[in-house]
Amino acid sequence: MSRAEPQFDELYREVILDHYRRPRNAGALEAPTHQAEGANPVCGDEIELDVAVEGDVICKMAFRGQGCSISQSSASMMTERICGGTIGEARKVMRLFEAQLVEAAEPDPALGDLEALQGVAQFPVRVKCALLCWKVLREALSIDDTDHATSPQGD
Amino acid sequence: MSIDTARLREDFPILSREVNGRPLVYLDNAATTQKPRAVIEALTHYYETQNANIHRGIHTLAVEATEAYEGVRAKAARHIGAGNAEDIVFTRNTTESINLVARAWGDANLRDGDEIVLTLMEHHSNIVPWQLLAARTGAQLRYAGIDEEGRLDLDELRSLIGERTKLVSVTHMSNVLGTINPIAEIAEIAREAGALLLVDGAQSAPHLPVDVTALGCDVFAFSAHKMLGPTGVGVLWARPGLLAEMEPFLGGGEMISIVKPEGSTWAEGPHKFEAGTPNIADVIAFGAALDYLRELGMAEVREHEKRITAYAIEALERSGGITVHGPHDVEVRGGAVSFEVEGVHPHDVSTIVDAYGVAIRAGHHCAQLLMRHLSVPATNRASFYLYNEEREVDALVEALDEAKRVFGRVESRTAV
Repeated sequence: MSRAEPQFDELYREVILDHYRRPRNAGALEAPTHQAEGANPVCGDEIELDVAVEGDVICKMAFRGQGCSISQSSASMMTERICGGTIGEARKVMRLFEAQLVEAAEPDPALGDLEALQGVAQFPVRVKCALLCWKVLREALSIDDTDHATSPQGD
Repeated sequence: MSIDTARLREDFPILSREVNGRPLVYLDNAATTQKPRAVIEALTHYYETQNANIHRGIHTLAVEATEAYEGVRAKAARHIGAGNAEDIVFTRNTTESINLVARAWGDANLRDGDEIVLTLMEHHSNIVPWQLLAARTGAQLRYAGIDEEGRLDLDELRSLIGERTKLVSVTHMSNVLGTINPIAEIAEIAREAGALLLVDGAQSAPHLPVDVTALGCDVFAFSAHKMLGPTGVGVLWARPGLLAEMEPFLGGGEMISIVKPEGSTWAEGPHKFEAGTPNIADVIAFGAALDYLRELGMAEVREHEKRITAYAIEALERSGGITVHGPHDVEVRGGAVSFEVEGVHPHDVSTIVDAYGVAIRAGHHCAQLLMRHLSVPATNRASFYLYNEEREVDALVEALDEAKRVFGRVESRTAV
């Protein structure tokens, strides 16, 4: 009987580890227009997010947090991906990202680096980690899509 | 005679299953333990042959069920060296036992300005009920700290206990650090101050020989499911006479003597605190767990765990890049071993080792005060029991090597 070695290089792709070790947009903004924080009480992951919006453009973002590689790299990639775009674009990316994780949808090219987190969909208990920063963003920008669940499982 | 794990593991059906294509390596015993066949069969035996409500029937089944249920009180008392079965109350779990004391004793005995002394290594179940009690009564909470090795700072505890102290509540064994606290010494300090001493025995009753008389505590609480028993059964022991001084906790059937329109009188002894139909089947099956432990001998259980804990601490530290929290001397600690893997978050560790069939816990372990004190958001915890073997420690170490490899891939490139 041969048994397959578990394959983690696919879940923890190098781009994920890179964002985890060297998070982009880490820190705080001097004059954020929007702020929110969130935690996953089950595991202790925490994200605090500052956003500076002008008109409907997200000009700057910064985050502080602690937690696993999935929660922290997701936050880093999120800020990198949506900074400079409009709030409407951010919502679109959010929906694509959630579809990738919750519905295991094929990654959309519009996701950029965030596509690397697609392997998390195979680990249902970790999906919440990847979605934490998006939940915080949703709160910071008061985005209310209650028809679209952010969390596939209850607490 | 030492424990023969190979033979004993055959008593635990779940230990022969596979997880992710590998033999299950169950190292999450501080959360809950697995159940021997005798416990599982006691449950079905009760439902198949004796099922009836207790204390309220004349028929044969009711009498048999009542005898079986009440018989476990004596076994639970014997397990912790208590003389009197009537001082044992069955609850749902340790948490409920502590809440019962906070309500039934605390509300009547604490006033504004009184103090409750706890430690930083308490489980949330031994913190939050006292915070709620403090909010109801105006009492204040005080926390004794721990030293660098994770041992209780007994001098600080002593300095916190004074004439305002009405209650001291401490864990016998930390669920995170494994630290065993010097309860007999703490009991002496509490007694001099005239304070009640509650001991959270959730982690000690399953793993150590316990003698509440020698410990000198007033109240001792523990859970069946952490010691081979089913979920849904907790135990509260109170020193002789204390239950009689306490007010009821929940009201309802079974806990009364006479009910009149204008008021009621209470049942005697533990029955005053067991309102409604209790968890009869699980209490009876808990009796089978207590028999199993008695046959093995708690001293043997303790010796086995000392050996495997020493082996695990040594193996983890030798493998490199791993820090073990808590005391390293197995004479003053139990088998809950918290550790960190350098550069790898506990959740990532847990996901990777699970693929190797290894079940450990990652998180704050319901001890956020302690996590803050250790300046970590979470830890990994492997916790052992009487059926664990050294080869399972080896399987954990091998799985941890994979976690280190996966996370080491970009380390060299980014550390420019």
